[in-house]
Amino acid sequence: MTADELLASPTTVASSDQPGAPVVLDALTRTYGATRALDRFSLDVAPGEFVALLGPSGCGKTTALRMVAGFDSPDAGQILVDGVDVSQVPAQKRDMGMVFQSYSLFPNMTARDNVAFGLRLRRQRGSQRRQRADELLELVGLAEHTAKYPHQLSGGQQQRVALARALAIEPRVLLLDEPLSALDAKVRAELRDQIRALQQRLAITTLFVTHDQEEALSMADRVCVMSAGRVEQVASPAELYAHPSTAFVAEFVGVSSRIPVERHGDHVTLFGQEVAVRGRVPSADAGPLDALLRPEDVSVHLDPEGPGVVQHHSFLGATTRLEIGFADVVIKTDVASSLARDFALGTRASLRLAAQDVLVSPRRVPAPVVD
Amino acid sequence: MTLPEIGDYFLSEEMMDETPAPVVATRRRRRPRLGRGVILLIAALYFLVPLYAALDFSLKNLQGHFSLSPLTQIAGQDGFTGAVLLSFKLSVTTLVIEMLLMVPTVIYVHLRLPRFRRVMEVITTLPIVIPPIVLILGVLQAARPYIWISSSPYLLAVVYVVLAMPFVYRSLDSGLGALDLKILVEAARSLGSGWITTMWRVLVPNLRSALLSASVLTLALVFGEFTMAQLDNWITVPVWIYNTSSNNPHVVTAIAMMFLLAMWLVLTLIISLDRSHRRNKGRLQ
Repeated sequence: MTADELLASPTTVASSDQPGAPVVLDALTRTYGATRALDRFSLDVAPGEFVALLGPSGCGKTTALRMVAGFDSPDAGQILVDGVDVSQVPAQKRDMGMVFQSYSLFPNMTARDNVAFGLRLRRQRGSQRRQRADELLELVGLAEHTAKYPHQLSGGQQQRVALARALAIEPRVLLLDEPLSALDAKVRAELRDQIRALQQRLAITTLFVTHDQEEALSMADRVCVMSAGRVEQVASPAELYAHPSTAFVAEFVGVSSRIPVERHGDHVTLFGQEVAVRGRVPSADAGPLDALLRPEDVSVHLDPEGPGVVQHHSFLGATTRLEIGFADVVIKTDVASSLARDFALGTRASLRLAAQDVLVSPRRVPAPVVD
Repeated sequence: MTLPEIGDYFLSEEMMDETPAPVVATRRRRRPRLGRGVILLIAALYFLVPLYAALDFSLKNLQGHFSLSPLTQIAGQDGFTGAVLLSFKLSVTTLVIEMLLMVPTVIYVHLRLPRFRRVMEVITTLPIVIPPIVLILGVLQAARPYIWISSSPYLLAVVYVVLAMPFVYRSLDSGLGALDLKILVEAARSLGSGWITTMWRVLVPNLRSALLSASVLTLALVFGEFTMAQLDNWITVPVWIYNTSSNNPHVVTAIAMMFLLAMWLVLTLIISLDRSHRRNKGRLQ
């Protein structure tokens, strides 16, 4: 059975006796010198939920995770786990399992001893903790590697031991700090599915930090997009993609092309036709607007008299992304790779709007030209 | 569903086939060069000629003939056993104080005050820069009102801790620099480990080589230090050798050679133990 089949199985929902704890981050603020890493950051995580913190470097996502883990303290705000404020509780007393970005196994211990480390601290008897460690290593597919030292394991195997080690203590919350970022693409994709399957099966409340939108969208129940220490939007992956609440989210999650449009009340004019605005319409004070188009919002057609010119191809497998130049803007759209050869570089084309409505945002002021 | 059943979903042949990335060693044929050989020869002569001279002298009797009698007379020399015992006690005391003081300090500096490392480097060179005679006279003056310590040989151990600090600091500093210290500490703490357990079970075992080399250097320093012990009127091995050298120079030289040999053997033993440990458990990441 694959991870997908596991997810689809009727027993997918929490089979664990101890479902994860609810986590509430309430108005967390943290300042380093002149930099505000977190600015009244709030987030509610339901028991057993998998929430990804997604954002560019420096947006505060790792700071938030480290605060939950107890490695950093907020200047203001509260961290509630199961309704109890743990802001001042030391890391070693929080009962949270954590998997780090870099390989964090103890080099002097075997895989089994690494997994059993937390159990030893909880004074479990030797035979019991060895048995539990072996079970967990079997769980992550490393039953044959229990006696190996970290240097004898590959990167993917080390991260799976780290996951088993974090799960061994039966944590109330599982914290994943970009655990896949050091792995190669293939192992990364497989481990991603497997972590998700395991998290669903054990129903552990999980916070997952990543800057990779594909990881966040494919793994999480909900994604919290962050920018400059603040929450931009918290929503399910589908909601986030289809209905981004801000221009930042629209441009950070998925691919968007920004095109100037004219406002007509609640509509805008695009490709010569009036289109409804998706979501909230910016007030007139916001000034001129841009439309933010997903590749699937437009369809491209060969047109010798068309206004657009194919400027770039990117092969993505089943589809090929085309960049079509129109005067001073570039619009990205996808075509089936089997049709891509018709759109050679320099080919003239026209675009049609395929979406019923479009997301708009106040026009970005171009940077002044310096002579 | 049991844990092993869930584990079935994790078995993936591609992933199981993963093996650690092979380390490709590129070997170059090295051509012996004349200049390199000459430099090595000069360096070897510089160290070996005095050793040979001392060994030759220690294996002769007062008449200048070859004899093993200087070696057989070592154990029977007046005050020798007491001097060895005192040096040994001072070594152990110095080592214990040094490690208890320096290991947590250097770890703390690496973890919490990384910018302070440069200052630490400067501070730890002071015992080398300040002449030992200045140091011991200052310490004796300061300790004079406190009879319980000024009259104890262990005052020397306290000063030796300061003297050994440059070597111990550098050894620990490079050992910690080779570890991903912050991640290891945070991983241990997230699993419920307090500071003492983290140090004892996670950090110290991974600092094995650094601690061994720091220990050897400390032992060598204490067994070889003369000025301070002489000025504080305690008969350690170097002081005893100095006092006895005029009566029986052949035996004294034999003793010095024996200590040199013993120290070399300890060093070789420690290095080979460490190598075998690394071979069995692999290099630290």
